[in-house]
Amino acid sequence: MMRSLLIGFAVALAMIAGAPPAGAAPGPNRIPPLLRPHFSFQGVFGRYNKAALKRGFEVFHQVCSNCHALNRVDYHSLSAVGLTKAQIKALAAERQIQAGPNAEGKMFMRPGRPSDPYIPPFPNAEAAAAVYGAAPPDLSLMAVQRKGGPDFIYSILMGFVPAPKGVSLPPNKFYNEYFPGHAISMPPPLAPGAVTYADGTKATVPQMAHDVVTFLNWAAQPHLDERKALGLRVLGFVAFLTILFYALKRQIWKNVDQRD
Amino acid sequence: MSGLKTDNRVIGWIDERLPVFSMLQNSAVEYPTPKNLNYWWNFGSLAGFMLVVMIVTGIFLAMHYVPNTKMAFGSVDHIMRDVNYGWLIRYLHMNGATMFFILVYIHIFRGLYYGSYKSPREMLWWIGIVIFVLMMATAFMGYVLPWGQMSFWGATVITNLFSAFPLVGRAIVHWLWGGFSVGDPTLNRFFALHYLLPFVILGLVFVHLWALHTVKSNNPLGIDVKSPQDTIPFHPYYTVKDLVGIGVFLLIYLAFVFFHPNLFGDPVNYIPANPMATPPHIEPEWYFLPYYAILRSFTHDIFGFTAKLQGVLAMFASILLLFFLPWLDGSRVRSARFRPIYKQVFWLLVADVVALGYLGSLPPKPATVTYMQIATAYYFFHFLVLLPLLGRFEKPRPLPTSISAAVLPAAAGSPRPMEKV
Repeated sequence: MMRSLLIGFAVALAMIAGAPPAGAAPGPNRIPPLLRPHFSFQGVFGRYNKAALKRGFEVFHQVCSNCHALNRVDYHSLSAVGLTKAQIKALAAERQIQAGPNAEGKMFMRPGRPSDPYIPPFPNAEAAAAVYGAAPPDLSLMAVQRKGGPDFIYSILMGFVPAPKGVSLPPNKFYNEYFPGHAISMPPPLAPGAVTYADGTKATVPQMAHDVVTFLNWAAQPHLDERKALGLRVLGFVAFLTILFYALKRQIWKNVDQRD
Repeated sequence: MSGLKTDNRVIGWIDERLPVFSMLQNSAVEYPTPKNLNYWWNFGSLAGFMLVVMIVTGIFLAMHYVPNTKMAFGSVDHIMRDVNYGWLIRYLHMNGATMFFILVYIHIFRGLYYGSYKSPREMLWWIGIVIFVLMMATAFMGYVLPWGQMSFWGATVITNLFSAFPLVGRAIVHWLWGGFSVGDPTLNRFFALHYLLPFVILGLVFVHLWALHTVKSNNPLGIDVKSPQDTIPFHPYYTVKDLVGIGVFLLIYLAFVFFHPNLFGDPVNYIPANPMATPPHIEPEWYFLPYYAILRSFTHDIFGFTAKLQGVLAMFASILLLFFLPWLDGSRVRSARFRPIYKQVFWLLVADVVALGYLGSLPPKPATVTYMQIATAYYFFHFLVLLPLLGRFEKPRPLPTSISAAVLPAAAGSPRPMEKV
């Protein structure tokens, strides 16, 4: 059976190898392979680096949040990136949100509270599109919405290069190596020193990109640390249990004549 | 076998009035099982285990899920972020669907290899196919519920397949949608059916077991049980063997759940559904890709038969074909071990289905379409031409006289008529 199994898979491989590869559109729209820096949260033992999370939040707060929403993340959950209760309260109060109606039936504006979702910079996508030409996407799930995830965001942030000769861009578009079609509406968001880090780290572009990707991955997968820690314990337990089952099976079956 | 012997008077009292304990004794303890079943026979119990996991996790998800187009995506995100261990329950359910299909595909191919669909197990086989079809419907509707981009566009594309039928096609599609596009009525009925069908499947699993316990298990030699020496009681032999299988399976399943939970999913489905923006490449979940390739293999209208209608009919036929397998395969020998040619073409079929799955994931370019057409043609050729011909012309190797005779070399008529698995 082993031999025929091998033959079968050899045939399958041959058929697959003969087929054309996926994607890889030639021409000016070609996207180079994504940059793949190492992130602390990758791999079985990977966890969020607390300092990077905090710095990443600072990048988001000082740069990204001026245009992008983070609608699915509540202010109070930011304690996980190292903000104190007082800092969270102050942060939420930075922006106003519509509330009401009050006793007179009027809507009114009030400062944000820690229980609110991160208040977006624009009341709706249309208002954002009216300013920028295209609505900046919500970043809550950006790290899981695109092929490559964190690598995709990092590559976009690092991918602003001068347009190659002969490529003309529509007005208000910017050339980005990694963006499908290369013409992106987002101006290059990061410049050296664009962020003042509380821990004194030098704010280079790769540093900021790396940190903010860590933060955005946390925003999309806030339970990653807990998931991986629990996973190690569960798999260890199941492995031990399986060994016991197998030993028991050998013991129970030892007097049965059978060849399979 | 019948009549439970017990010293416990409570159990005896209950059993006289409702023989649950006798039933358990007969079907899960004493049930005589061929002693030569290999590990490929674990996949039935594994699929049953997975069904229970899906129902349990699904019920907990349903406690927090909102089947409304405005709130569905947000409610799933809420489960992932705020519900206690919601991320675990949802990842178990999501990856569980993938694992369920892997298990059931192996279970089906095991049946194909060892001829488990042949007399007297036709009913058993047919019930299995009905379960499989219901499972596909359930999985498809479940994928729509998170209301991501691929949920919405997948639902649109697949329900639109019914528009291929002449005259009534459009009406069928609008009836399925409950409106003029995939919307709230569609999502609501998909949720209702996604909750209902697993319980229908559960019922059919018991009918499947009923049929199995009537005709008894097939075995790797594919020959009938001749004497009590050929069998061993289900408990403790196969209960403990099934536990080993569940342990190994859990290691694989949970490794994905905890360390690569989104590997099998399309990232696009984390973008909320937007009827105004079509994703550049719509493709179904991996377990539907072979059928998707068959669907897309038909590219030319013939005498008013649109290519789409041909594709839809071929896709349905590729599954319905399995109902006729007991007659398409005319060979009296069940197990592929004693069928030298069938053993080879079986693996060719496996390779063909794997290739169809891969091709189904590719964007339709002319070269891809040609490969898909070859693979589709071979799929039907296998069942409609090869199998009937093999039944007539293949010369099987001699069968052992009994399961025990095959195991004890001294008693065997021919020296080792089988190879090791």
